[in-house]
Amino acid sequence: MEHHSNIVPWEIISKITGSTIKYAKVNSDGTLNYDDFESKFSDKTKIASLSHVSNVSAVINDVKRIAKVAHEHGALMLVDGAQSVPHMPVDVRDLDADFLAFSGHKMLGPTGIGVLYAKKTLLEKMDPFQGGGEMIKEVSFSGAREQCDISLNDPPWKFEAGTPNICGAVALAEAVKYLEKIGMDLVQGHECYLTNYAIKRMQECSKVTLHGSTDTALKCGIIPFSVQGLSSHDTALFCDNYGIMIRSGYHCAQPLHQVFKLQSSARASFYIYNTREEIDRFVEVLKEIDQL
Amino acid sequence: MATVEDYVSRIEGACGAEKDVIVVFKYEKKDEAIANIFKRAQLTKSLAGIIFELTFKNYTFRVYSSGKAIFRSIKNKEELNGLLAEILL
Repeated sequence: MEHHSNIVPWEIISKITGSTIKYAKVNSDGTLNYDDFESKFSDKTKIASLSHVSNVSAVINDVKRIAKVAHEHGALMLVDGAQSVPHMPVDVRDLDADFLAFSGHKMLGPTGIGVLYAKKTLLEKMDPFQGGGEMIKEVSFSGAREQCDISLNDPPWKFEAGTPNICGAVALAEAVKYLEKIGMDLVQGHECYLTNYAIKRMQECSKVTLHGSTDTALKCGIIPFSVQGLSSHDTALFCDNYGIMIRSGYHCAQPLHQVFKLQSSARASFYIYNTREEIDRFVEVLKEIDQL
Repeated sequence: MATVEDYVSRIEGACGAEKDVIVVFKYEKKDEAIANIFKRAQLTKSLAGIIFELTFKNYTFRVYSSGKAIFRSIKNKEELNGLLAEILL
């Protein structure tokens, strides 16, 4: 069920290191097959990686459960929080995540910046992945030996070589403050209300098929769907004509579309600025398609 | 003399197994582009006055009143540019 961003980097690492990647199965409703995931662990497992919330089906995964199993096998747990952090309260300590990543652009922040949380003990043990200014304490030249001695800075600066994306960081911090002021419980509540309402209304449309689980206790904020007789891009462009923006295609999750046996899908998603009235308008447009 | 670039703002390869190509016409030229296409291609279906399915030679494609068009089964950029030149210019 992973976004390509939680597949491709591992495939690249695998080719460099010769490590083996094991993929867990997804059930036909888009939920994670926990038994299969847990069966993949062995004492050789180094790291487990799982999205907290699917960016296609919005299914919320029990990453705390997987983290526990990972740690029992001596493995680390990385959580892709790009679809959870913007939409619900997330406590990295409660999840016991070793790493958790999320993006700015999904939470009112700018593109091209994100956050990687890691436990401090791990950061202290890890080597920097790039070199440059600011990530060192000292660089001293020894004339006698004709070489430089470097001492690395403390984390997180050890990993932040060069001049950073200052504008992006300031803007993302403001987005975080804005969301915290609203309260992530309220954000999640609003989205779940809208999702629940939209699922009920979309089910009134005879040509619309909803994909994945429609149980809003398991998901939040996203509804993948198809319209009979139209490709996902046709559907998106039809909605576009009425000023309604939805996404179409694979949503950077082609393997999950293979599970759903879909060529592509349309995806309605909601955030804090969306309203019940906008969903009513969206459903009116879908009903127009119904009459074609 | 007009060129395809006079009408086309950008071309996007849409993701999905369908391998659709979406052509976005320049806002100020979209009505002229659609009118030119209607002169040269055969209208086979109209959906709510929003989606127009047309055929030209062996190609079937859809034009949207918002100023976009979806082309399918296009092999490469040269083929698309050739088709656009025939239906737009």
